[in-house]
Amino acid sequence: MSALAVLRLLLPWEFSPVALAACALPVAAYLRGLRRCGASDRPERRLRALAFLAGVGSIYAVLQTHLDFLAQHMFWIHRVQHLVLHHLGPFLIALSAPAATLAAGTPPALRRAVRPLVANRFVRGLYRALQQPVVACVLFVGLIVFWLTPAVHFYAMLIRPIYLTMNWSMLIDGLLFWWLVIGPERADAPRLATRMAMLVAVAIPQAILGAYLTFRAVPLYDVYGLCGRAFAISPILDQQLGGLNTWIPPGMMSALGLIVLASRWMRADGDARLGEHRRPDGLAPIAGRVG
Amino acid sequence: MRTVGLRDRTVAARLRGALLAGLALLAGGCARDGHDATRLHPLYGLAPRLAFTLQDAASAATVTAADFRDRVVMLYFGYTHCPDVCPTTLAKLAAAVRELPPAERGRVRILFVTVDPARDTLAVLRAYAAAFGPEVVGLRGSKRQIDRLAARYRVTYALGTPNARGNYDVTHSSAVFIFGPHGRSDAVVEPADGVPAIRATLHPLASRA
Repeated sequence: MSALAVLRLLLPWEFSPVALAACALPVAAYLRGLRRCGASDRPERRLRALAFLAGVGSIYAVLQTHLDFLAQHMFWIHRVQHLVLHHLGPFLIALSAPAATLAAGTPPALRRAVRPLVANRFVRGLYRALQQPVVACVLFVGLIVFWLTPAVHFYAMLIRPIYLTMNWSMLIDGLLFWWLVIGPERADAPRLATRMAMLVAVAIPQAILGAYLTFRAVPLYDVYGLCGRAFAISPILDQQLGGLNTWIPPGMMSALGLIVLASRWMRADGDARLGEHRRPDGLAPIAGRVG
Repeated sequence: MRTVGLRDRTVAARLRGALLAGLALLAGGCARDGHDATRLHPLYGLAPRLAFTLQDAASAATVTAADFRDRVVMLYFGYTHCPDVCPTTLAKLAAAVRELPPAERGRVRILFVTVDPARDTLAVLRAYAAAFGPEVVGLRGSKRQIDRLAARYRVTYALGTPNARGNYDVTHSSAVFIFGPHGRSDAVVEPADGVPAIRATLHPLASRA
């Protein structure tokens, strides 16, 4: 393959200035924040930076490279795209706990401009409502089911504004969900046990839906045949691969989330036994909110 | 556990709302699940307006969407070496036009855009289009022009690898897009849709055109 052909695969299929800005600006702020906070050789910080950049990078890759074309013309690649937008990318970003670094790298003028928006009562109320555990779980699974409803999926793949709404709603909901569940420990977060239950609660319907798509012998998504597949595979195989992608990797993401939370639980338990009632960051002891 | 009662009630209320919304959605989804052969998928003008610059096989002149502004247009991508799908689709579209009242037939054009311009020369395309009826217009363009038009309607095609005799298969979209006057997207035809459903969509558009 020539260098030009490789370059074409890396270029956006449909250029979106919004997607470019949504990925480039946070990365710029993050790198600036890293520099400001001074060089640190602590491996934990380096791992966190790596997680953040990989999270944003993976989101950019599925939105603004040739992968987006393949996702429009192959059901199972569409499922891979949503796995990144709704699970993997937001998971890595939430795990990296980037808020402090992002804030340090954001120009003061921009920070001042954003502050009233963050303090806005309506915005805060909406955020709190969306971050109720039950609401967050219903929204997380509900969005997957909604966009995979055959009649809805038909138009999402045929009409560009609906396609963009689908992808952005998955990304925003993914960020909200994983931020709530595995984001940094904070006073207003649900208890660890609640968050572990959330991970199990969303894994079960995804497994059922994935199995349904995998074992259903009738093609459900005619729209890929209608618009033409990116390469020749049978509609049923496409659907089976898509079903497996809806079933197995999301379950693994829930399992990974459980491991993250379990390790925090054990650490908090250890801290409590050592008699550390105050964490150095001034937050309430984690052990107090466990169980 | 201060406000347990209140909290539980609001959570329960939200959950109930979400469940109802989900059920309504599923009901809508199931209703559409079995293919309704009497009605095409409507597009409500949501797909982009018709726009292209291509070469008309009959006159060899460059034509654009503006030349079809007063017409009802059915847009279809294919190639003349197509063994089955293209001829049956074109025959079906032409049959739907023939079932319209005579005054409306002249207002409908079937645009057959070849995705295989290497083999579909203007002469080949002209003869092929004419075989299906006077309303079929064969259109040919550069790869760039064809790719742009296909991407505009989110469809794709791929040329297979040639065999020993230089023949190759082409995989392409099976969608037919119907546009009303002024290029407004109106509906999309699926392979399962029959002549009556196509005719039922064309009739109101052509009577107004």
